[in-house]
Order: sequence, then structure tokens, then C-alpha cells
Amino acid sequence: MGLSPRPDPRLVETTSNEPWITTKLDAFVNWGRKNSLWPMPFGTACCAIEFMATAASKYDLARFGMERQAFSPRQADLLICAGRVPFKLAPVLRRIWQQMPQPKWCISMGACASTGGMFDNYAVVQGIDSIIPVDVYVPGCPPRPEGLLYGIMMLQKKVANERSSDKSLRNEMEPDPETQLYIPPSVIDEVSEPFGNSIHQTRSGL
Amino acid sequence: MNEVTNDGSFAPVVAGSALGAGAPASVTPKNLAHRSNEPNESVAALRQQFGAAVRRVDVVWGETTVVIDPARVHDAIQWLHDDPSQRYDYLSDVTAVEFRDLEQPLEVVWHLRSLPFRRFIRVKSLIERGAPLEVPSVWDIYKGADWLERECYDMFGIKFVGHPDLRRLLMWEQYSEGFPLRKDFPLRGRFSRSEQLRQALAANPEARYSKDELTIADAFEDLPADMRRRLSTGERTGE
Repeated sequence: MGLSPRPDPRLVETTSNEPWITTKLDAFVNWGRKNSLWPMPFGTACCAIEFMATAASKYDLARFGMERQAFSPRQADLLICAGRVPFKLAPVLRRIWQQMPQPKWCISMGACASTGGMFDNYAVVQGIDSIIPVDVYVPGCPPRPEGLLYGIMMLQKKVANERSSDKSLRNEMEPDPETQLYIPPSVIDEVSEPFGNSIHQTRSGL
Repeated sequence: MNEVTNDGSFAPVVAGSALGAGAPASVTPKNLAHRSNEPNESVAALRQQFGAAVRRVDVVWGETTVVIDPARVHDAIQWLHDDPSQRYDYLSDVTAVEFRDLEQPLEVVWHLRSLPFRRFIRVKSLIERGAPLEVPSVWDIYKGADWLERECYDMFGIKFVGHPDLRRLLMWEQYSEGFPLRKDFPLRGRFSRSEQLRQALAANPEARYSKDELTIADAFEDLPADMRRRLSTGERTGE
């Protein structure tokens, strides 16, 4: 995108002396999208506190075009899942994601939302990517506001590079009607294998 | 905190009001001995009233624990609540303890507080291994026991006999892996991750309430027609 010099009046018939801009449609649309994301915070734990800090005046999400926070999924295009998601909340999060209109993106903020974190137990979903698609994972426990801002800027780069000709970007993935899972059960079991100490914690001792 | 008086009006409960005007100001006790403190004033009266049903009295860090026979524990709590010299008017917690030791019985614990007398007492009841996991509910004495007992049932599987609506509270109602705080429950649950996720995602997030739960039964008529239909067919969360 750029300001072009005034076109040669012999080539383009102009009706006024206003300046012109020529650009690719993708670049223009993506520029608009990436600079006016409406984030919806889905805060369940301490990450939400850091999210609030990010949104407040010192770090100021508004500088990145996120002045308007949506608290309804129907008027949001960026879901920021901040905190651990218990199994009881899994269908709620899925429903919220389904209620968001396209185009939509998702940031998984913090260790718990991304992997289950230290809550490798019976109650917590081991990574929200087993429920909804995730664009950017922000590590940290909780991430500092700088970390979240970096993740958001990465997402903005991703948005800027999208191509409207790529229909797969806006395809809604339908979960398997039998299992309600997006990815096969074997894959979910594999990626949520116990690691570290939790192998020993699995044994009950009785 | 308020108390309903006989004529139906509310009278405020003033902490320490039963101790009389000359009572010393309430201070947080310091430098408590581990074991050698005197038990709560209620213990002597409780022993006199219930005799051998009071199995044991422990005083640890100044806090009194009485172990009462499960058959008499409801009467004892009722008495502690009603007796004008005790007035334990606040039930702050109901919980349970299970030990890894297979010989040791499971303990159900009630934390009672008397605001007028500024007293605290911990009542325990032991359920021997192999005995049915049942204790009497204190819901008829303290209405606040409702969710406390539901949580305890959810986590330990202890049946509170006499509870009006003993369902799971924290886990969803169709949760079928067992009782998470029992010692034989593996930390990661019994099912595979994909099975846990499958069962969780099968739940309908909009069918959270049962008809009984909406004690706003009057408001039932105001609900949208589809929700009314779902509730009257008894639909609950999940599969």
C-alpha cells in the first residue's frame, strides 16, 4: 500500500483533483482488521488479572486498536482465553467460540490455557486447542503484559498476511458428531500424556 | 447476622453478647501450647448430656475437637445449636478426611461457631472402614449446610441422610469417574483424556438447572417455552 503520484490524466479520467490511493484489496482489508480487533476476554484465573493490566492505562491495549473490548461473543473477533479451563467449562467455551462471527481468532494466554499447566489432574482440560482452534499461544504463568502484547502483535502479523483467496482460513471445522472432538481421540490422548512428576502422581498408593 | 425472633422480626446477633458486659475484649490468642490447652467450655456440658457418645476430646493449638458417635452426632449438633448455654448458631464448614492408612476410619467434620459466646468447636464423626458411608444431614438445623453437604458428597461420596437434594455440586451431574478426593481416586481421573473431554463436551451448557433447583418455581411460568419444556421433561446436563 502506498500513496501513488497523481495518475496521468491521459490514462485515467478524473473528475476531481483529490489525491489517489491504489492498493491490494487484501492488504487494505487486513490493515483494517488487524488494527481494529475486538477482543473478548475469557478470564478464568490469574491470567485474567494480567490481561486487565494489559488493558489498563500503563500497557494500554487501545494503542493496538483494541479500544473496544467485547463482552459478548457475538460482537467480538478475538477470543483471549486467559486461565485454566475445567472440563465443566469446556462445552461453554466451545459454545462461545461458535457464537463468534467470522473472521475470528483465538489467543491462548498462559500455561494453563495452552497445556493445562500445572493442573495435570482430573478436572482441567489439557490445552484449549482440544476444544477450539488457537492462533497464538502465549507462554508464562501468568505471562507479563509485555508477553501478551507480543502475542497480540504476532497475531496482528498473522492477520496482515492472510489472503482472501485462501478459503480454508474461514472454514469452520465441524467436530466429529460421535465424539464431539475436533481431533481424533488418539491424538488427544497422546498430546496429554503425563509428563514430569505427574507420572508418579497418577498412582494412588492404594 | 440476624436471627428471627418469635414474632417474626429480625434481631441482630451481636458477637460476644451472651458473655455479659464485663467480658474481656476479644483478642487473637498468642503463644498457644500445642496440646496442653483447656478444652472449650461446651465440652463438659456435652459430656454430661451425651455421656459415652462423646468418644474423644482433643485440644490442638487451642482448638477443641470432639469425636461423637455417628448415631448421636445429629442430636449433639442440634443440642449445641438449641441450648441457651451453647447457641452454636453458625455452621462454617462441613467436610471429610480420608487417610491413606487402610485401618483408619474416614472422618466427617463439622465446624461450628457460637457467635454470642465467641466459641468454636469442631465436631467429628468416624465412619469405620466397610461401614456404609452415611451420616445424618444437619440441613434441618442449619440451612447453610445444603451446599456444604453437596460438595462433601460430590468429593467423597458420603451420603448425608435427610438432605433434601443431594446432588453433585462441583462436578457435573453425569460425572461417572467416582469421587475425586477419595484416596483410591487417581489424580488424573479414571478415564482417558479424550474420553473425559468427550463426556464433558457432550454436556449441554444451557441445561444447567433442574426444576427443583429453580425454587423460583413461580418464575418457571415466565421462562421461555423451550426451556420450560426441557425442564419439565427432566432434562439435565450431559448425555
